[in-house]
Amino acid sequence: MTTSTATPSDFLSKASAGGSLRRSLGNKVLNCICVGLAFLTLIPLFSIVFLVLKNGLPLLTWDALTQLPPAPGNKGGGFGNAIVGTALMVGLALILATPFGILSAIYINEYAPAARLSNAVRFVAKLLTGIPSIISGVFAYAVVVLATGGFSAWAGGFALAILVLPTILLTAEQALLGVPKAFREASYGLGATNFQTIWRIVLPDALPAMMTGVMLAVARAAGETAPLLFTALFSQYWIQSLKEPTASLSVLIYNFSTTFDDHQKQMAWTASLVLVILVTLANVSAQVVFRKK
Amino acid sequence: METTTLQQGGIKEFRKGPDFFRVLCWVASAATVATLAWILIEITKEAWPAIKAFGFDFITSEKWLPNREKFGVLPFIIGTATSSFIALIFALPLGLAVAIFLSEDFLPLPVRQAVRFTVEMLAAIPSVVYGLWGIFVIIPMVQQFGAWAVTAFKDTPVLNVLFAGPAYGNSLLTASLVLALMILPTITAISRNALVAVPGTLREGAYALGSTRWEAIFGVILPTAAPGIVAATILALGRAMGETMAIAMLIGNSSRLSGSLLAPAGTLAGLLANQFGEAEGLQVSSLMFAALLLVIMTLFVNMAGEAVLRYTQKQTAGIR
Amino acid sequence: MKHTTLTTYGTLVASAILATSAMAQQLSGAGASFPAPIYQRWASDFRKVNSGVQVNYQSVGSGAGVKQFTQGTVDFGASDAAMSDEEIAKVAQGVVLLPVTAGSIVVAYNLPEVKDLKLTREALAGIFLGKVTKWNDPLIAKANEGVKLPDLPISVAKRSDGSGTTFVFSKHLAAISPEFKEDIGVDKSTDAWPVGVGGKGNEGVTALVKQAPGAVGYVEYGFAAHNGLSMASLQNKSGNFVKPTPESGAATLEHVELPANLRIWPDDPSGAQDYPIATFTWLMLYKKYPDAAKLKALKEFVTYGITEGQKVAPELGYIPLPAPVVEKCKAALATVE
Repeated sequence: MTTSTATPSDFLSKASAGGSLRRSLGNKVLNCICVGLAFLTLIPLFSIVFLVLKNGLPLLTWDALTQLPPAPGNKGGGFGNAIVGTALMVGLALILATPFGILSAIYINEYAPAARLSNAVRFVAKLLTGIPSIISGVFAYAVVVLATGGFSAWAGGFALAILVLPTILLTAEQALLGVPKAFREASYGLGATNFQTIWRIVLPDALPAMMTGVMLAVARAAGETAPLLFTALFSQYWIQSLKEPTASLSVLIYNFSTTFDDHQKQMAWTASLVLVILVTLANVSAQVVFRKK
Repeated sequence: METTTLQQGGIKEFRKGPDFFRVLCWVASAATVATLAWILIEITKEAWPAIKAFGFDFITSEKWLPNREKFGVLPFIIGTATSSFIALIFALPLGLAVAIFLSEDFLPLPVRQAVRFTVEMLAAIPSVVYGLWGIFVIIPMVQQFGAWAVTAFKDTPVLNVLFAGPAYGNSLLTASLVLALMILPTITAISRNALVAVPGTLREGAYALGSTRWEAIFGVILPTAAPGIVAATILALGRAMGETMAIAMLIGNSSRLSGSLLAPAGTLAGLLANQFGEAEGLQVSSLMFAALLLVIMTLFVNMAGEAVLRYTQKQTAGIR
Repeated sequence: MKHTTLTTYGTLVASAILATSAMAQQLSGAGASFPAPIYQRWASDFRKVNSGVQVNYQSVGSGAGVKQFTQGTVDFGASDAAMSDEEIAKVAQGVVLLPVTAGSIVVAYNLPEVKDLKLTREALAGIFLGKVTKWNDPLIAKANEGVKLPDLPISVAKRSDGSGTTFVFSKHLAAISPEFKEDIGVDKSTDAWPVGVGGKGNEGVTALVKQAPGAVGYVEYGFAAHNGLSMASLQNKSGNFVKPTPESGAATLEHVELPANLRIWPDDPSGAQDYPIATFTWLMLYKKYPDAAKLKALKEFVTYGITEGQKVAPELGYIPLPAPVVEKCKAALATVE
């Protein structure tokens, strides 16, 4: 610290005169800007939600949730099989991606943060974020569909898993970083092993934040079309096995919104509405279950 | 009193449990790396004919002509970079503002919960629906804005290039705006986590030193949360660069280079979405080559992100 | 927390094990988007007649359809551009191509006061070459005597994605305009086109035409009809202006002489009442199917399509197959074993 000729009173006068007024005014202005921006962001959101509601609500009936898709020129029908298909494939994607994502995050953060493998994982996860969704579909086609000889829910789940793995991994890493070092040190101080520390102390604390990643993954996986087009294709019927073309809400929406049949086009909006509701429900229940205690 | 120290029988426990779990984690990490390597290998295999045929010219050439088997992606590289960049310009401040809003207590908890809930709903909307909303709502708005901007900025030096007419609806601006909205939830959710994870002691320390709320935010909290925010940005940017469906529906997919935000443009991912279904032979290889370039672009973005991170780390070293 | 994750995983695994063998015969196909509506309608109607067969068709694009058919991941494929000889050579089991339905491509325009626009061959080519840029251009006006054409610029709408529709449309343009053939060429994509804003899919072009007065674009007849777009009458080789209707499209197909391999594109039909832009679209079947049940189901489905199924064609905007074509298809179908 260099010696200066300033005296404590200089600081105090700076803080109290014009200085502090400017600071507290600036504070209030920034408050307003922040809240204002936050609500500004809500405007387009409301616009989308309103559009989906306006167009989708009319056809939202019990039939729509339980019937099979209508053919062009027909009325009625629904997308029950698509709901099942989406739930199934998103579930498969989570089963595949979550363990890999979270376990890798644990390794690179807890066990060997400086190891070459850890750096490689971080590098790779960030690279994977830039892969266009259609490529994960093409890759899954080459790896699963060609190997098994046909389209399947497995292939769809695999494609979606690749798509969401980076999100789960990077969010989990951030979640683990957010756990204070003090927790770990206290645990080791009490004589716990690495594993016990992770399993009993670190993970529970990081879990809510990790769930953010999983929920973002669920939302993304449920809404992507391109990966599923080349892996699960689509089906107009109820699912009978995991090894056949499977319907999904996203592909249904894609199909129905690109046709000229008015009834199907309106069904597309209803399906979108149902998709948003389902994902939001999953999100809310996850947050309730995994909230910070 | 039980003592499970490392010396008494604890050694056996230490060996069995964690070793297995550590190996499991190692396997997961190795598998993640292997998966990307596999993906890159597959893409490169498919792209090889195009790489051989065009080499570096692929990146510098403007001509994408399937019927003459001439492929070059410069306009699409520029389109990808610009649309993602513009999307980020809109999404980052807004997303951060919302994240800060959600992590500070300006307004009571129920209001914050409601806002958080609604922003997360944005994440749930399928990309096709973003595309449709863009067509119904954003395109007319951009068309009107564009018509005004073309005449308003006709004589201003830089702006008259950026807003050169004619004002199309399917344009770079439209796609970027919708893209901004699509990546907003990612930035908000992950940044909010980062902000909330800043230790209370730091916050309290800042206030104790007499800082106002915003001085604390800008001086202490944001820098500490910087790694998380950068991670959020990288994820968001990755999504922006790789978005296929909504972009394909809104950007016009033009391979003509234009300086105007109001003109149709194209992105690498949009190109893939538009042409993959009908492509054959060399065109498929070229599309795969384009995908490879996209991954390389992501690499550069990541490196930039790392640089930003190192800069902020230097500023806040030792806080944690 | 442990309980909920366990039960979730448990239920998911249990449902995965619920992979019971298919009780109905499943057929899956993928390919062109142009015929997707009618194939799906056939699948649905056929199931009412024959509940033991479930046919799935998903549009992924003709190119992807050919690829997947070649790699054997689907039971049948569909393509607007049929298959070239090199492509057929790559399929080990052999290929049978069947033109099972057809449709017209129309030029839709957005000029509210102009009810019946007539476009000469020069005008049509000129618009898409970028030479004719205003609606009141003399080239357009001289064919539309007495009609007040506005002084609006022509905004061309084209396809941003690769498509069989573009392929057929550009084939016709190349046939009527040597300049188009030389400078732009025939292709599924519009990257070489000098003018036009790209919309994705028929619905994208439809939206573009609907939104902008003075817009013009090419779409399938079904899209234009269902969306109430005005359709231009095009001049055919005989010099007559023909409105796109199911009848004029059928007239074009009547005059088409299907060669032995059943592949033909009438890119400039010469009949007096022929609508100039009509095209078949093909189903691709393997020559041999090892699974007898699958073979039977497939044959029954295709037979249904080319006979009973033709009745729904006009409703959905397709052209019913002329009788001689149906006969040739039946004969070709018989060679599948």
